[in-house]
Amino acid sequence: MDPFLIGQQVVNGLILGAIYGLIAVGYTMVYGIMGMINFAHGEVYMIAAYLTAIFLALLASFGVDSVPVVLFLTLLGTVAFTALHGWAVERVAYRPLGRSTRLAPLISAIGISLVLQNYLRLSQGARTQGVPPLLEGVIRIPAEGAGGHFVQITYIQVMIVIMALAGMGVLTWLIQATSLGRACRATQQDRVMAELLGVDTGRIISVVFVLGAAMAGVAGVLVTLNYGSFDFFIGFVTGIKAFTAAVLGGIGSLPGAMLGGLVLGLSESFFSGFVNTDYKDVFAFAILIGVLIFRPSGLMGSPEVEKV
Amino acid sequence: MGLKRMGVVALLVAVVTGLVSGAMAAEAIKIGVGGPMTGAYAAFGEQLWRGAEQAAKDINAAGGIGGRQILLSKGDDACEPKQALAVANRFVDVDGVTAVVGHFCSSSTMPASEIYADAGVLQITPASTNPQVTDRRIETLFRTCGRDDQQGMVGAEFVVKRLKAQRVAILHDKDTYGMGLAEAMKAHLHKLGGKEVLYEGLTRGEKDFNALVTKLKSVGADAVYFGGLHNEAGPLVRQMREQGLKAPLISGDGIMSKDFLLAAGGPQFVEGVYMTFGADPRRMAEGREVVSRFRGAGYEPEGYTLYAYATMQAIAAAVKATGSTEGTVLAKWLHDQKAVDTVMGPKSWDAKGDLHLSPYVIYRWTDKGEYEEMP
Repeated sequence: MDPFLIGQQVVNGLILGAIYGLIAVGYTMVYGIMGMINFAHGEVYMIAAYLTAIFLALLASFGVDSVPVVLFLTLLGTVAFTALHGWAVERVAYRPLGRSTRLAPLISAIGISLVLQNYLRLSQGARTQGVPPLLEGVIRIPAEGAGGHFVQITYIQVMIVIMALAGMGVLTWLIQATSLGRACRATQQDRVMAELLGVDTGRIISVVFVLGAAMAGVAGVLVTLNYGSFDFFIGFVTGIKAFTAAVLGGIGSLPGAMLGGLVLGLSESFFSGFVNTDYKDVFAFAILIGVLIFRPSGLMGSPEVEKV
Repeated sequence: MGLKRMGVVALLVAVVTGLVSGAMAAEAIKIGVGGPMTGAYAAFGEQLWRGAEQAAKDINAAGGIGGRQILLSKGDDACEPKQALAVANRFVDVDGVTAVVGHFCSSSTMPASEIYADAGVLQITPASTNPQVTDRRIETLFRTCGRDDQQGMVGAEFVVKRLKAQRVAILHDKDTYGMGLAEAMKAHLHKLGGKEVLYEGLTRGEKDFNALVTKLKSVGADAVYFGGLHNEAGPLVRQMREQGLKAPLISGDGIMSKDFLLAAGGPQFVEGVYMTFGADPRRMAEGREVVSRFRGAGYEPEGYTLYAYATMQAIAAAVKATGSTEGTVLAKWLHDQKAVDTVMGPKSWDAKGDLHLSPYVIYRWTDKGEYEEMP
């Protein structure tokens, strides 16, 4: 087996995994705090793709053509707007139902997901949209490798890896080392007790939704720049995969989400590359089932402790 | 409850149709147009709808069919078999259509056709190319496009004889149309003495095919045939080019839309992409006037637009000649005709409902983002 091909599949899997991981973070954080799945999360990622195209077009019309500046402003603008969407999802779908059964917000989140999808379809059209390549160029090892005997990574893909690492770093620092993070962890452990001790848990839940949506926003920008095209339906498939990654890694665990993403991305990539593309999803889900049989709470999840 | 509600609906429909027919001199002839009007494949639905709508408008302006106006009913199947069934039931039970133009995706056309056949409603698809569509021998089902076994044959001939490819990889999207086309291509490749180096299916709706592209490189593919639609073909060819795989990509009528360019992300990625499609109907003498009417309205009648127009003309011709709205009567007339004049020239059908003549030609995408017929 050609070592370059194995190397290339590792790169392919890492990129895919980093994207899954970035989106999985949103699922895992909301679950960690509230014990509920946010089914509208995939749509936030989809909206980020549209926002990316809008910001790129806006910046181009203002004559901004420095690539780093465009990238920075697009990321900033998109993340700001998706964060707002995350906040709104919590306000509309979760908060009014806080006292009802656990399943009610789940259904309302699915409702929000449908609303967002169709809102985008009606306002932006159902057809595939695209953005022109912003950052072109590849790193090839070895540089003069010909005929497939090289491992390559594009600049955008390098950015995906860097942003995924940076995003995880910032989030981990936020949760582990700040007072806000302490309040998050307290809310996660025992919401009622945290409330009794003066933590504004409503605000914490908002913050978690905003953070998760911001990460999905980052993923949306990077994916759009990487693949160049999107439509109003991309949130669905990617959302399901990211959710799988979150469960695989142990839902509720931050590093677990990233690990789950990477495991999923790499296993898809390797199965597709060396066995058969038709059944790559079957294989990915077989891994999920296997992991859940032996570790019911996922790779890095902590077992559910029965609260007395 | 259910019955009561249905009764109310039926009453409402009766009132509405009563109003509509009252408003017109003679009762209108209802024709359903079914296709992916929304969803990822909406570009194709638009082609179908625009073509059928313009044809109905033109026929109505010329006095309708024997004095009766055409009334169109739009059905959105989103290229989903389940939704196609719902659309078909609505056309038959609620709208009471005389004939149906559609559907687009073979995987929608086939389940829907069972309902039309049971109801004795004439169905002509302008775009479903899977052989099984007509091979099931439904008497009231026709098509105004070619078949994938013809298309796959032309594709295979092109790959072997023109491109002189030795190591052909065949991919598909696991859907009725895409897989059918890939199967047809594979069969003809074998007939020509070739053998594929890879035959695999990707997943509709995904964007990342990098692992598959790396695999294409590893098997040393010098031509890649793809059975599927532009939403997946676009990212696929882009990732091939990004990974330095310069092998040509050959596909069928599923990428016959400018949306392929968008899905690929720019004209620099589509060079070296070929596709099979019928000879461009926009260049036929019969269609010149209609094409200019489309362009006057700001719409470029690409892809299957004129096929839908021709389909509507065929339905109108059958209704006019027989004076009937019975599916079986209309079907018999269409089967018996030597030539029905359409915007795409005279058309006639064999016993299965396939066109007697439906030649495929090869188109090439250029680095300008345009496609052109190969000389």
